[in-house]
Amino acid sequence: MNGKGFPLHIPKSRVYVFVWLSLVVLTATTVAVARLHLTRYAVLTAIFIASTKSGLVVTFFMHLKEEPLILKAMLFIALFALTLIVLLTFSDVWFRYQ
Amino acid sequence: MSEPKEIAVRHRVDYTGAKMGMWIFLFTEVLFFGGLFLLYSVFRSKYTLAFHDSAKELDIFLGTANTVILLTSSMMMALSILFVRKGEKASSILCQGITIFLGLVFLCNKYIEWSAHIRHGIYPDSPLLLQMSRGKIIFFSLYYVMTGLHGLHVLIGVCVISGTLLFTARGKIYRDDFVKLENTGLYWHFVDIVWIYLFPLFYLIT
Repeated sequence: MNGKGFPLHIPKSRVYVFVWLSLVVLTATTVAVARLHLTRYAVLTAIFIASTKSGLVVTFFMHLKEEPLILKAMLFIALFALTLIVLLTFSDVWFRYQ
Repeated sequence: MSEPKEIAVRHRVDYTGAKMGMWIFLFTEVLFFGGLFLLYSVFRSKYTLAFHDSAKELDIFLGTANTVILLTSSMMMALSILFVRKGEKASSILCQGITIFLGLVFLCNKYIEWSAHIRHGIYPDSPLLLQMSRGKIIFFSLYYVMTGLHGLHVLIGVCVISGTLLFTARGKIYRDDFVKLENTGLYWHFVDIVWIYLFPLFYLIT
C-alpha cells in the first residue's frame, strides 16, 4: 500500500480564485433573495443556494472530483443516510401537527 | 529530481488510506451537525413565526462578513496546499498564516455578537429569555448550541493549522509528503460548509 494514491495532478490557483468569487457572488445572492421575502419559497431557495455553495467547496476546495469513485460513493451514502433520517422524521412531524 | 510518486513510496505514505480516514471522520461530523439541523427544522416548522421574529435580533451584516471571512480562509487553505505541492514553502506558510488570522477574526466577530445578545439579556436560562415564548426560547437555545459548536470547530481548526504551519516551517510537510496539511484542509473546508448552512438558516429568515 506504500505511496498509494499519491495525487499527481496539481490544480491551478486561478481555479480556486474563480471558485471563491462564485462563492462570494452566491452569498450576495442569498442575502438579496432573503430581502425579497419569498415566504413559502424562501427556505427552499436558501437551501438550494447553500447546497450549490457546498457543492463548489466539496468539488474544488476538497477536490472530490479528482478522488476515486469509492470516496464519491461513500459521500453519497453518508448524505443519503442523512436525507433518509430527515425524511423519516418529517413523515412523522408533518402528519402529527396537522 | 525523482518522481514524487517514487518518494512517496519510499516514505511509506498511503494517501488513499489517509484521506479516506479523514473523510470517514467528516461523515460522522455530517451526522453530528445533521442531527442539530434536523432539530432546527422540526422546531422551525412548529414555531415558524417565533423563529422569524427571533432572527431579527441577529446582525445580518456581521453574519455576512463572517461568511465571506470563512470562504476566503477556505481559499487560502486550498492555496497553501497548492504552494506546498509546488515546493513554494514561504507562500504556503503565508497562506496558512492568513487562514489562522481569518479564523481568529471570525471568532472575534462571534465574541462581539454573543456579547451583544448577552448585554440585551438574551442568553441560555436568562430571566428575559425565560419570559419569552417557547418558540423564541428554542430558537436561541439552538442558536447558542449550533453556532457555539461551530465556533468550537473553528477554534480547533485554528489550533491544528498552527500545528501544520510549524510542520511546514520545519520541512516535515513538503512537496512529497503533505497529507497532514491535506487532511487539515478537508476539516477546515467542512467547517466552512457547516457555516454555509448556518448563515441563511439563522440570519436570513426574518
